[in-house]
Amino acid sequence: VNGADVIALLPIIVVAGVPVLVMLTTAVRRSHAFTLGLTLAGLGAAFRCTWLAGSVEPRQATALLTIDNYSLFYFRLLIAAVFAVAILTYDYLSKRDLHREELYILLLVATVGAMVLVASSHFASFFLGLETLSISLYAMIAYLRMSRPLEAGIKYLVLAAASAAFLLFGMALVYADLGTMEFARMSQMLQGTRDGTLLTAGMALIITGIGFKLALVPFHLWTPDVYEGAPAPVTAFIATVSKGAMFALLLRYFYSAGGIAERHIVLVFTIVAIGSMIAGNLLALLQDNVKRILAYSSIAHMGYLLVAFLVSGQFAVEAVTFYLVAYFVTTLGAFGIISVMSSANGEPEEMEDYRGLFWQRPSLAGVFTAMLLSLAGIPMTAGFIGKFYIVAAGASSARWALIIILVVSSVIGLFYYLRLVAMMYATADAQPTTIAVRATSMGGVVLATLTGLLLWLGVYPNPILHMIQNVFPK
Amino acid sequence: MILIWLIAILLIGGAVAWVLGRWSTPATRWIALAATSADFVITLVIWLRHYGRLSIVSRGNWLDQFDWDWIPRFGIHFHLALDGLSLLLLMLTFFLGIVSVLVSWAEIQNAVGFFHLNLLWVLAGMTGVFLALDLFLFYFAWELMLVPMYFLIALWGHERRQYASVKFFIFTQLSGLLMLIAILALYFAHQAATGVYTFEYEELLSTPLSSTAAWWIMLGFFVAFAVKLPVVPVHTWLPDAHTEAPTAGSVVLAGLLLKTGAYGLLRFVVPLFPNSAHQFAPIAMILAVIGILYGGVLAFGQTDFKRLVAYTSVSHLGFVLLGIFAWNELALQGAVVTMIAHGISTGALFVIAGLLQDRMHTRDMSRMSGLWSTVPRLSGAALFFALGSLGLPGLGDFVGEFLVLLGTYRVSRVLTILATIGVLVATFYALRLVQRAFHGANVHEWHLPDLVKREVLILSPMIVVLLWLGLYPLPVLRTFKPAMRSLQQYASRPIAEAK
Repeated sequence: VNGADVIALLPIIVVAGVPVLVMLTTAVRRSHAFTLGLTLAGLGAAFRCTWLAGSVEPRQATALLTIDNYSLFYFRLLIAAVFAVAILTYDYLSKRDLHREELYILLLVATVGAMVLVASSHFASFFLGLETLSISLYAMIAYLRMSRPLEAGIKYLVLAAASAAFLLFGMALVYADLGTMEFARMSQMLQGTRDGTLLTAGMALIITGIGFKLALVPFHLWTPDVYEGAPAPVTAFIATVSKGAMFALLLRYFYSAGGIAERHIVLVFTIVAIGSMIAGNLLALLQDNVKRILAYSSIAHMGYLLVAFLVSGQFAVEAVTFYLVAYFVTTLGAFGIISVMSSANGEPEEMEDYRGLFWQRPSLAGVFTAMLLSLAGIPMTAGFIGKFYIVAAGASSARWALIIILVVSSVIGLFYYLRLVAMMYATADAQPTTIAVRATSMGGVVLATLTGLLLWLGVYPNPILHMIQNVFPK
Repeated sequence: MILIWLIAILLIGGAVAWVLGRWSTPATRWIALAATSADFVITLVIWLRHYGRLSIVSRGNWLDQFDWDWIPRFGIHFHLALDGLSLLLLMLTFFLGIVSVLVSWAEIQNAVGFFHLNLLWVLAGMTGVFLALDLFLFYFAWELMLVPMYFLIALWGHERRQYASVKFFIFTQLSGLLMLIAILALYFAHQAATGVYTFEYEELLSTPLSSTAAWWIMLGFFVAFAVKLPVVPVHTWLPDAHTEAPTAGSVVLAGLLLKTGAYGLLRFVVPLFPNSAHQFAPIAMILAVIGILYGGVLAFGQTDFKRLVAYTSVSHLGFVLLGIFAWNELALQGAVVTMIAHGISTGALFVIAGLLQDRMHTRDMSRMSGLWSTVPRLSGAALFFALGSLGLPGLGDFVGEFLVLLGTYRVSRVLTILATIGVLVATFYALRLVQRAFHGANVHEWHLPDLVKREVLILSPMIVVLLWLGLYPLPVLRTFKPAMRSLQQYASRPIAEAK
């Protein structure tokens, strides 16, 4: 490890250092506001460091991590998302009486895991990143220590541990066959002809592990329960940072280690994509709980992303990256609303809680409407350009069947988004929403910023398009 | 530059109206009225200025253009252009926009600011649709109309507004996405042939396509436009949406939204895919005749005033479809005149339905009878527009439908005869409407206030325009003639066919 490596890894190092500081200061004196400030300052510093790291990119820092444009872009995306999540967490925890500071430590550690995932070019860092992320998440999900969060946390623990075992086994099989754990070497090894049984089995197990993390059908069963049970800001974190980092890794792994060209792999991913799009949207129709609806909708969105992933090549990376940016903004906004509207007694989870929201809190209802329309892919929102990108990617390689399934399933999705929208605008002739809505100014600022971003990306996406144009995993 | 103002005035006006709505309801209404009137005046001035020079026929003769590099990554331009056809439809848009604002003056009493935001933004979306020359921009504007329209129905509609608004949204969204796929297919086909990524209409015209590809892409466009038009198997959203929408919503839906479908067929389907459209024409024309007859017969069977008028739209727009796919000069002229006349006469009938509902709190015609004795002026206006709808010579609808029938006669006699039966059916439903609601004895003993000044102000210009279209349609024909010529030129260009 030399100086340039350290500079390249600086963003990760900074984010890893902050939780240590938070731990030390908390040991001296507990202060919620100070902890938040420290967290945000650390994230800001790390964000700044990504440009410093940019001066030495592309660089293979140790055998484990690749710092290239692609990693750096995703670093920025993840850090920005965690920044928003941290503020929402502050807003959320302020209303509750419990030890608050530890959640920030967990949040930052989980972020380190996510960043390692994004940069990893080796099975070892892949697995380490994944576990760092997962183990912090167990505690984050169960943080409120009430029955439902605990149930969700344990469910996630059991299933994530099982899927990690699958993943590890898959890696072992691939290693047994190819004799290397580096992605770059794998693609060279794959050039020669070989009996692929061991490799195929290994790949299948790895896909299982990744599929679990991304909540793709048929590995999606944990999603609604965990989304429902976890505190809203943590759910936002799972939906964005955890899944986004995993998707970034999926792209890097399959594009740089090869394998996306394999017929079986394409077939498997096609089936998984179709299943996720259809099942996600259909199952969401049956729900009355907003967090569960968003959980199923996220399954469908991962399916859409797979459509672009299957196209492969530069266009696919762009489409996936843009879609993830749009999805991050939208999902953070949606869970941000739930988080801001929550009180010490609970979160507004049921559809009924939103009845007539527009007539009482028009700005909150407006933001939520914008987020839902973005999820549905309506123009002037980021989701529209994202969906356009994905359909364009599919069309560019003439995957008509997949695109038509995407279109039909997204129209099914409209039903539940509209149901929620209609609920917010229903005239509340009965009683108003039961939950006292009081957004602190910080939560409000986050929501306003996200809405602004949403519209900006939807109307004038040029700057971000420019940014992602040379983002490609090495 | 003026073109972008047409859209911007509506968008900004809507936003201002919304903000003002918190403090002052009348201010909101005046702002909305000012925005729509300003746009109407602008288009009127453009029309008068260019009227003398309209007959110059050249390829792509645009009266005005605006072009801005919007998203260079995909070769997307913010390209607006105005020709005679767009101009007429824009004038109709802003005219009915003013009508919609005025008609909501007393009807809409809650969330007035938000209502006008939605109303003006629907109109802005339509303006975009009628002006866009970039297919991405077209799709963008096309979808942009959807959300505000949804809100108009869902928030201020009648009893079954939830059902109707969701149905409307789903139908149009699904068909819109099919169009998006078709647009992208065309985009990539153009790139494969020429190496240039562009959504530009005039460049895409020269895309060489294999006949199978052209057929499928054409179908993708056709389905989207057919849902809006509506063509019979996909029309079921229309009666619900029109019936449940507030009056302004019904006026915008019937008067304008349906026209975007017809405009799409005229501007895109036939010129972009002339051969496939020609092959498809018999099917489309049969669907059109089915629509004419089916809509007419169903209208005859309705007891709900608004539902009856909604079904007459299915019938009238059948003539438009028939005219477009007959694709000769007379039929096309007829189609455009029908579009405009139908916008006025059906829009007016919905206004009347709204006025009646305001007074009687019902749309059920079995509860209306002999209204003439209590609201003579309103009944007279209703009779006038009902006669317009049945195609009485001297009023706009007659000119349009007659030209369509003349043009279609050259293509298919059987279909012309069947469509003419549709005109006959129109007589039945229109007269039945007048007879049941306004004639006879006032058995329910209604005592209602007759038209007030504002309502007279809404209806009398509509009467004048309809008479003008019926008696002296020449200025209108002259205005869109060059535009139609260039569309026909596009459609008859030699087609390079890909293998």
